[in-house]
Amino acid sequence: MINRFLAALLLAANLFGLPASADAADKVKAVTSFSILGDMVKQVGGDRIDLVTLVGPDGDAHVFEPTPADANTLANGQILFVNGLGFEGWMERLEKSSGFKGKVVVASEGVSPRTMTEDENGKAEEIPDPHAWQSLANGKLYVANIRDGLIAVDPDGKEIYEANAAKYLDEIAAEDDAVKAALAKLPEDRRKIITSHDAFGYFGAAYGLEVIAPEGVSTEAEASAKDVAKIIRQIRADHIPAVFMENISDHRLLDQIARETGAKIGGTLYTDALSGPDGRAPTYLDMFRNNVGALTAALSS
Amino acid sequence: MIDVVVQPFIEFGFMRRALVGLLALSMSAPPIGVFLMLRRMSLMGDALSHAILPGAAIGYLLAGLSLLAMSLGGFAAGLAVALLAGLVARSTSLKEDASLAAFYLVSLALGVMIVSIRGSNVDLLHVLFGTVLALDDAALILIGAIATLTLGTLAIIYRPLVLECFDPQYLRSVGGPSLTTHVLFLVLVVLNLVSGFQALGTLLAVGIMLLPAVTARFWTEDLSWMIAASMIAGVAASLTGLLVSYHSNVPTGPAIVLVSGVFYLLSMFVGPRGGLLWRLVPRKHLEA
Repeated sequence: MINRFLAALLLAANLFGLPASADAADKVKAVTSFSILGDMVKQVGGDRIDLVTLVGPDGDAHVFEPTPADANTLANGQILFVNGLGFEGWMERLEKSSGFKGKVVVASEGVSPRTMTEDENGKAEEIPDPHAWQSLANGKLYVANIRDGLIAVDPDGKEIYEANAAKYLDEIAAEDDAVKAALAKLPEDRRKIITSHDAFGYFGAAYGLEVIAPEGVSTEAEASAKDVAKIIRQIRADHIPAVFMENISDHRLLDQIARETGAKIGGTLYTDALSGPDGRAPTYLDMFRNNVGALTAALSS
Repeated sequence: MIDVVVQPFIEFGFMRRALVGLLALSMSAPPIGVFLMLRRMSLMGDALSHAILPGAAIGYLLAGLSLLAMSLGGFAAGLAVALLAGLVARSTSLKEDASLAAFYLVSLALGVMIVSIRGSNVDLLHVLFGTVLALDDAALILIGAIATLTLGTLAIIYRPLVLECFDPQYLRSVGGPSLTTHVLFLVLVVLNLVSGFQALGTLLAVGIMLLPAVTARFWTEDLSWMIAASMIAGVAASLTGLLVSYHSNVPTGPAIVLVSGVFYLLSMFVGPRGGLLWRLVPRKHLEA
């Protein structure tokens, strides 16, 4: 009798979508696709959310392969934050296969997308550049979208989310000014850099740097001898002072290019993933501090 | 014409490095492929290249993109699988190819598991597909050293190896060093796969070993000439593949292996030893 009562109670709880355990009940179960977005959601959601990030620190979201545990995590989530702009190609399938019923927030909504040329089967194709977070102005849009999404699933926390977001937006604005000030000091003829994959389109446009990448937009593509030759010619012709590694991609090719041209290797830039907590870029804003530090150190002479 | 072939190598150091690495590789891997083919072990090269992959991946996870760690890991994993398979074949009723298949599958699964547990998927694609355009001094020295060691060892074990290819019973009956030869040969196979994996990646390393060998088979039946022909096919495919990648903007490793494949298909038709076109030509009959 009691068992049947309990079963009915559990069933009712399930029907209303309430989690079975009491202590987790008051937290919003949020899922994000990659570490940079994860940090932003954490800043806005604070203690009110229970956050899982699918592609962790130093992981490459371009070529991520979800596991059944990831599908399970997503199935139990109430709200999912994705970057959009074609960044997480695997997410749509994961959403379907996991039976996710919650709210999906596309963090890059409202961003005016840059397009880039991807070489697909020999013919050039215009695709949106997903790396919108590399401009702090876009970062503010991300935060606003995250805030609105959280309020929509958890109206009780409205004030907290708004307060967190407002504080975070101020920090982002301050960092934006700092980045602009630091990069404005660079001489005009030293504003060109080479990185291993094309993740700095928005950064370059926002802060006045010209960025050239051998591998194209995705880390998946393999460079041809022609690509490498083109870049080496460009470095020689334009006297590009430095090449930069990224934390998520192969640096052997850049080593080779640096050796051949005499360009400086300017340290590691964080582009698509944060570092671990003990690394140089554990948060979104730290990522900018690290990247700007590395850029100015290598470019100002 | 000369410009098309020579200019890239004059202008770019990375092209010269790629060429030097591939030339060294073409001197050692195709002869090994010839012996694999003659011993009907062609697919063993393929299986071993998969067995190397997890070793290299483990080396990568332990020490990052370290040439030494990845090569040692690959060598250890490949050799372990080859020797275990041989041991099982000699001491149980299971044939060598069957036990090899079993061991390389286990090894491959183990590698995928270890990589997944570490949770980072970065770079593995690049590790698996190699970077002939990024060969540095250490990689070139390693490839050169392996080529030298391979040719030296082949010269020493040439006679018993040939005998073992054509008449293993005879060699055993005269008390020849069958097991030693076999193990040394396996070591050479694994070494050359490790060397090829520096240049082309684990998945394509076996291509530069076997395709020139099976190409050479259509041109001659004499073993020494076959070895020479396989080296020539390897060198030609490397040079052509590099140039194709340079001029038409396609990835280098696959380009080289595809060119080898084209050479193989052409030889299959026009090769004077068993080429398909020659069968259409009526032969002189010995008539009474």
